[in-house]
Amino acid sequence: MKIQEESIVTRKPVEQIEAATILFAGDSGDGSQTIGAQMTETTALVGNDVATLPDYPAEIRAPAGSLAGVSGFQLHFSSEQIHTPGDLCDVLVAMNPAALKVHLQKLRPNGILIVNSDNFARRNLRLAGYEQNPLEDDTLTKYQVFPVELTRLTRQTLEDTALTNRQIDLCRNFFALGMILWLYNRPMDYALDWIKKTLGRKRPEFVVPNILALRAGNTYCEATEQFATSYNVKPAEFSPGTYRNIEGNMATVLGLVAASRQAGLPLVYGSYPITPASDILHGLAQYRNFGVVTMQMEDEIAAVGVAIGASFGGALGVTGSSGPGLALKSEAINLAMIAELPLVICNIQRAGPSTGMPTKTEQSDLLQMLYGRNGESPIPIVAPMRPYDCFDTVYEACRIAVKYRTPVIFLSDLYIAMGAEPWKIPKLSELPTIEPNFANGFSHNGDAFEPYLREVETLARPWAKPGTPGLEHRIGGLEKSDVTGNVSYDAENHEKMVHLRAEKVARVRQDIPPLEVFGAEEGELLLLGWGSTYGPIRTAVENCIADGVSNVAHVHIRHLNPFPSDLGEILTRFKKVLIPELNTGQLRQLIRSTYLIDALGLNKVQGQPFHVFEVEAKINELL
Amino acid sequence: MKKKRLQNRTAREARESRIPGAAPTLARKDFESDQDVRWCPGCGDYSILAQTQRIMPELGIPREDIVFISGIGCSSRFPYYMNTYGFHTIHGRAPTIATGVKIANPELSVWVVTGDGDALSIGGNHFIHLMRRNFDLNVLLFNNRIYGLTKGQYSPTSEQGKMTKSTPLGSLDTPFNPISLALASGATFVARSLDRDPDHLRTVIKQAFEHKGTAFIEIYQNCNVFNDKTFFAYTEKETKAENTVFLEHGEPLVFGSERDKGIRLNGFHPEVVDITNGEYTIKDLIVHDRYAEDTTGANFLAQMSDTPDMPHPIGIFRSVTHPCYENLMTDQIAFAKERMGEGELEALLNAGETWTVT
Repeated sequence: MKIQEESIVTRKPVEQIEAATILFAGDSGDGSQTIGAQMTETTALVGNDVATLPDYPAEIRAPAGSLAGVSGFQLHFSSEQIHTPGDLCDVLVAMNPAALKVHLQKLRPNGILIVNSDNFARRNLRLAGYEQNPLEDDTLTKYQVFPVELTRLTRQTLEDTALTNRQIDLCRNFFALGMILWLYNRPMDYALDWIKKTLGRKRPEFVVPNILALRAGNTYCEATEQFATSYNVKPAEFSPGTYRNIEGNMATVLGLVAASRQAGLPLVYGSYPITPASDILHGLAQYRNFGVVTMQMEDEIAAVGVAIGASFGGALGVTGSSGPGLALKSEAINLAMIAELPLVICNIQRAGPSTGMPTKTEQSDLLQMLYGRNGESPIPIVAPMRPYDCFDTVYEACRIAVKYRTPVIFLSDLYIAMGAEPWKIPKLSELPTIEPNFANGFSHNGDAFEPYLREVETLARPWAKPGTPGLEHRIGGLEKSDVTGNVSYDAENHEKMVHLRAEKVARVRQDIPPLEVFGAEEGELLLLGWGSTYGPIRTAVENCIADGVSNVAHVHIRHLNPFPSDLGEILTRFKKVLIPELNTGQLRQLIRSTYLIDALGLNKVQGQPFHVFEVEAKINELL
Repeated sequence: MKKKRLQNRTAREARESRIPGAAPTLARKDFESDQDVRWCPGCGDYSILAQTQRIMPELGIPREDIVFISGIGCSSRFPYYMNTYGFHTIHGRAPTIATGVKIANPELSVWVVTGDGDALSIGGNHFIHLMRRNFDLNVLLFNNRIYGLTKGQYSPTSEQGKMTKSTPLGSLDTPFNPISLALASGATFVARSLDRDPDHLRTVIKQAFEHKGTAFIEIYQNCNVFNDKTFFAYTEKETKAENTVFLEHGEPLVFGSERDKGIRLNGFHPEVVDITNGEYTIKDLIVHDRYAEDTTGANFLAQMSDTPDMPHPIGIFRSVTHPCYENLMTDQIAFAKERMGEGELEALLNAGETWTVT
């Protein structure tokens, strides 16, 4: 889209800053997510690096004005490369007292607080648990408070439209967006375009009112004495290429479609609705024109069953869920393991145990994924480190699954799944090849087809799809005889098969590229991470290095089973190894038992990602 | 080695050179695998396996296009004995895996083999959803009213009060009627047959295959170790005629060793009447209509086997043609391609708002 710079050129002073973090918060129905997305797209299009994170309540519409109903959207943008949606916010837009109560702790001292003062009446204050109006006592003295009569101003702006007051109030979010666009000197074009095109298709009666509200918010800031200064964040430097803004789950969807296309295998995705994995189902369901089959099945077990059946039938079978769903799928995943069929399982982790906190993030399913099946059941696990990395990582999961004829777990989490950032779109020629290499009538030796006769290099067994003459064979969950695949209760054969299956998964290691060691090649402290902690860890280490610390490094592993072959050696180069995780120390336990080192932990289980300052504080403590 | 390669080539060439519509020449032996059959001597499963292997050559499809999928239980060993593609899966989940196979390759002839515990207890949820989706596949449910492989616990089709190892004072559960359950779930082909009536069984299996849509057959199967003779009233020569009524489309429901009895509808209730004493004639009897879209008639028949002193209907309760799931999916994909164009990966990755850095 071409930016035409439709915005008021401010006559007030503009301050250049490097980065900013904004948090929009309000009732679930207040449209914080919508204006957050508009601000994100605008910011990406003017060339900043940007990272975002929505924070939804689990309830669809909790009672208006209640603490449980607060929905937030955090957005961090910068003229430098960034890796997280930001720690403390520079601006908090609170549409009601509950939003203020929930999110005030995230506003930095002297930060800008914009509140809809019309919503600070007794009833809403009581719902938020405020005894007194915080706008009138000393609760907010640490901050720059801008009370704005958002309701009255929006109603005044739209009094000549045909909308009822109730409908007019739905436009308050665009008034607020207009203010924020002014505050950060952003053009209104993107938002105007969205209102006309996307909103226009669904609710045409709201197009003109929202445009008026947006412009009014913008004009209001320029006109009132309240706002004396605005800010500008210059574009960041990106490597050449074409970019788009992408959420983790959407990157997962595109990675799966890409793998299916590059492998020449039809994609069959079986799923059952669950937060935060449902968006993968929604995303893939849009791509029937790519031949993508999505089936919303009767339960989690059926969802993995259909994927296994599809793989047996010669397709790329994929299922997706979150922790509780994975618990239900584990028996079927074990079947795919012993049957040695390709299968990709997406686990978008959320805070457990049990139903836990479905809309909060955590990394506590690692050991479940590694060990949560009966018997000796080795399965490769890969984890993305940031939203856009879901594309490459899920593609890698598909590649391993097809090459080694094994289920592979793609272990994402809510923070990555719902977070968004710019993604440099890859060229198709850069994507690794995926070769199904189906068995055919001439691909075997001996008198009969041997479904468990393995390839020498990978130990993968043949993938013979039904419909191929001469390869009729039977597989199943009973122990297999080596080579023939016939049912076997033989003691030595069982032991041999257990070791063969383990060795096959271990050989995935031969494809893993050398690890990147960021910072010191050797020294005092290595931070070892996996998954969504990449952003906070990398930013903390970057900050330390910028502060002159020279003996700290960061390694982030994508492959959690098997571990990369150079990991053990890298660990020995540092005196201390610190493993920050959003669990009580699951990778730490694995690293300790695998490499016999006294790894330290930085652990947080609050349903929230690490703040950069938390990681920095731990680094400073250890150095 | 050379010999096998030659065989493969022959099979492939045979397939490629086949005249469309002409049946490949296969025999029962072609469907027997090299594995030893390991059911208890005298088990009803032997007969079902034999009838299936005998009827397969008549279906006119090559061996490589046939897939047998089972869950867990005695019946679920079935795929190992069929020289086709086969997948012995996990308890209760065969319908889900069969669904995946069929959606991945609608050309395949897919057969689910299951038991009363596998299909109706642990797999009950999958069973009802398989019925309603109407994939073109076949389900053979071996009902022996007992858990055999785990050595004799009551099953969801065991009669109430059943004394087993797990219910020494008698079971308390009301049993499922598999036919009623299948009908209620929207199954388009619903039938019952008997392990000890090979001719009938073969006929029903063939008709199930010919039905476009999900074909469900409940097979009364004797477990001579843990639940011997449970269906003998319906399967043995001495009692069969008095205790069963064979369903024929367009024919009145007549039964009895002298063909002297029939089923009449009295209000909302089927009842047995004597058609020889002059009070009722054959014209008063229910005439079976297996093609009725409305399931009321089929439900009447299904519930007869839950009603004391009523004969058990054997045969095809219902056979109606509805669109198959896999065809609807194929149509939807074709529709999407027509409307949006064949998917282009490069365009997909570059969709939405993009910006270029030089």
